[in-house]
Formats: sequence, C-alpha cells, structure tokens
Amino acid sequence: MAPAIHAGGMAIDAGRTLAATCANCHGTDGHSVGGTESLAGVPRDTLLRKLSAFSRGEKPATIMHQITKGYTPEQLTLIAEHFAAQRARTGH
Amino acid sequence: MTNRRHFLAAVGAAALAGCAQIGKSARSAHVVVVGGGFGGATAAKYLRLWSNGQVRVTLIERNAQFVSCPMSNLVIGGMETMAQITHDYAGLRDHHGVRVVQDTVTAIDPATRELRLASGERLHYDRLLLSPGIDFMPERIEGLAGHEDEIPHAWKAGPQTTLLQRQLAAMPDGGVFAIHIPKAPFRCPPGPYERASLVADYCRRHKPRAKVLVLDANADIQSKKGLFLAAWGDRYRGLIEYRPNNQLLGVDARSRTAKLEFDDIKADVLNVIPPQRAGKVVELIGSRLVNDRWVSVNWLSTEVSDVPNVHVIGDATLSAPRMPKSGTMANQQAKVAAAAILHLLADLPPNASPVVMNTCYSYVGGDSAMHVASVHRFDTAEHTFLPVEGAGGLSAVASPAEATAAQAWAHNIWADMLR
Repeated sequence: MAPAIHAGGMAIDAGRTLAATCANCHGTDGHSVGGTESLAGVPRDTLLRKLSAFSRGEKPATIMHQITKGYTPEQLTLIAEHFAAQRARTGH
Repeated sequence: MTNRRHFLAAVGAAALAGCAQIGKSARSAHVVVVGGGFGGATAAKYLRLWSNGQVRVTLIERNAQFVSCPMSNLVIGGMETMAQITHDYAGLRDHHGVRVVQDTVTAIDPATRELRLASGERLHYDRLLLSPGIDFMPERIEGLAGHEDEIPHAWKAGPQTTLLQRQLAAMPDGGVFAIHIPKAPFRCPPGPYERASLVADYCRRHKPRAKVLVLDANADIQSKKGLFLAAWGDRYRGLIEYRPNNQLLGVDARSRTAKLEFDDIKADVLNVIPPQRAGKVVELIGSRLVNDRWVSVNWLSTEVSDVPNVHVIGDATLSAPRMPKSGTMANQQAKVAAAAILHLLADLPPNASPVVMNTCYSYVGGDSAMHVASVHRFDTAEHTFLPVEGAGGLSAVASPAEATAAQAWAHNIWADMLR
C-alpha cells in the first residue's frame, strides 16, 4: 500500500481513504447516523471476522457480500484498523 | 519540494498566527470548490477534515439549499415531502469551517488561477475543483427549449420536482403520464424506471384507470432490468407500458404531445428528461469536451486532462468503464479528489491505488426497493478505474428491508457530505 502521507499536519493514510469508501452507508469515519451499524470504535478483529464472513458468503446479507468481494484481504485489514482506531460516539 | 515546504510552513503559520499575511511562502493553500452537490459538498468537507483544517476551502453554490435528486422520485409519487430531501449548508460552515458562498462563477483563468463570481468578487485558487453536475440540451428536441414549466424534466431536484408532483396530482383518472428517457449516458441510469414505478404506485392508489407510458430512446432498460420488469409485471400489470427505441424528435408544449418517429402521443402529463452534458461552468476552463459533452479527467487525481490545477468530478466527467453517473459515485470521487489535491499541494504524488464503490438503491413502490452495487479499482495498465470482477451485483429481489436500507443510505450520505 501507499505510505502514510502528511498533508495539513495529518497523515492521509491508505486505511483512512479506503474506510472513506464505506461512509455513504456507515457515516463519516464509521459514525452512522442511523439504520446501519456504527463501525467507529469496533475492535479490529471483530470487524475483520464479519468482513471475512461476508466476503466468503458465510454471513447472510443483502449487499455486504457483494461489496466485500471488491476489496483485498489487506485492504479489509486497513479498513478494520481505521475504524477500530476511531472513538465511538454515543447519542446517535 | 518547494511547494511542500510552503504548505507545511503554512500549516505552522496558520496554527500560530490566525494567519496574518506573512508573504506568499507562508500563506495557507486555498482550494475553491464549485457546486454543492454530492461531489462538491463532500470534497469541501473532506479537504478540511483531511488537512486538519489547514487548507482554506471556499464552496461556491448557486442555491441556498441542497435538494437531493436521490429520493426525489418519492416526492413525485407523494410518499415523501420536499422538506425531507432538502438540507442546508450550515454544517459545512459551522462544523468544518468551509466558506460557503451563494453565487455563480462567471469567469475562470487557469493561467493566473483566478476565478470571478457574478457578485464581482475575485478569488485566487491553488487548486480548483468543479463538481457542476449536468446541464440539459433541450435544443436537441424540437419545441422543448423554454417550455420546462409545461413539460417538466424534474431531473434536477427542486421546483421542478414539486411541479411534476402537482401535475401528476392534477391528472384526471384515466389520464396518460408519459416519461421520455434520453439516450445513455445520462444522470442516474435506473432513475427514470424508478420514477415510472413510483408514479404507477401513486396511480394504483389514486387514479387506477391511468396509464404510465415509458418512451425510451434506448434499446432496453438501462439498469436493474430484470428487477424492474418483475415489479412491473407483478405490481403494475397493465398500468405501465414500456416502449424501447422511442427517440423523441419533438414536442408540442401546448397540447403536451410527444412527436416520435412513427406516431404522435398526446399525454396528460409529459415528463421529458432531455439529453445531458457537463454543467456549463466547465466551458470556462477551456477544456476540450469529449463528444462536446463530458470532461476528460485523469482518474488517479481527477485533474482535467488538458487544464492543470483544475479537477472535475461527478456527473460532468467522461465516466470510467461501467462507472455510473450517481450521487454515491460523486461522493466517492470527491474523496479521491480531496486526497489527491492535498497530496499535490504537498508536492507528493496522489495515492497510486485508489478504490471507489457504488451503492445505488431504487424503489419499485413506496414500500419496496432494490440495489445495484459495484467496486472499482484504479488499473495502472489501463490508467482508469475498472470494476472488480466478481464483486458487486444486484438484489435478489426488491424488498421492504432494502427500502429501509435505502433510507439509511440517504441519511448517511447526506450527513457524510453536509454535517
């Protein structure tokens, strides 16, 4: 993957940009405003287990089994690490 | 390295000084975004978010509020209200520090990187991002130009949405609601078929003797064909009539007549979705448009192929293979653009392997929806985004569960771009 890059004092690393592709359903940085799971603050291994299960067709889904197949295992790991590193918010 | 030093110096200066003018080398970078839709609003927010607030962002948008095209067919069908699809720009201003200017652009000089607004204000940019959406080409259909009040398109959400909803509500039972679909490419490939479905749902409940006539210039349904046909056969048998290869040659606005190659059809409501092109503001940068309609961009950075320092995203672009002109795609491209712009401002190459994905829900009735999804990876050999084979796909069947998912998508993407 591309190395971490500094812009405006903050690294735009590959995990952050990859995780941003999930935001149209799961909210900015995984903070869902409702109707989908909030991914922010969910432990890395929990997320990876779910993502892998979707990708292998082992977890029932309407859409996630189709989406997860578009990402490599390395990309799914970066995405899970990014969400795990976010602080969960309450009140949404 | 010079630019990078300037940029990093600017970060420090802005943090320390609240940014008094300390000379060119210390000013913070300025990105101007034109168009506050799914592409532009998202880009403005993420430029601020990902630069940790260090890059100045000005968003130029002609309308005071954002009205969402996705979900607007529900308003036409009477299932939702305009208020439910209308949002303001306060979040971008107050939470993210974007300067939001309600104005239109009258001139752009890529050589001096200066842009002029209708108000007379001049703005200098380090990078410019245009996300203007589409403009219509009504002149391609004889008699259509200047008659959008009698023959609405409702293909930009706003007053046109309300107008079409009112025309439908006023239509006599037993009337004909005709929709014309232009040749692809056009904004939102499944949108016209969703509209036909929701108008039919309305008619089934309120005007059971009415008819929905779909006049498609294309040879076939452009998206989710099997799912739409299943819904039409199941829910709206005898209510929707689909006619492929029906190129609209002209209209008569007074009598609401559609003139086709072999016959004329008089409708009670005539909804003509005109042929489309990139929003006209792109003409100000002097790029050579593909087929006189779309902007060619380098998909790694979204920079315009023949105009440096100017990026274009969303419906206005010449789409990569099998990449739809959708709100989700514009939101995704906005993030590719934001990351690339911040890297380029720091004199670094853009991410070499960007990924975008598309999730697109369509309703077949007020209570039932379905999706199409795809994931697109940048392909170095082809130098464009290509769909990942084996990924993505369609709903097995339209369902109430996916109508709930569609609402979740709408609320999350609106928040992702505006809050």
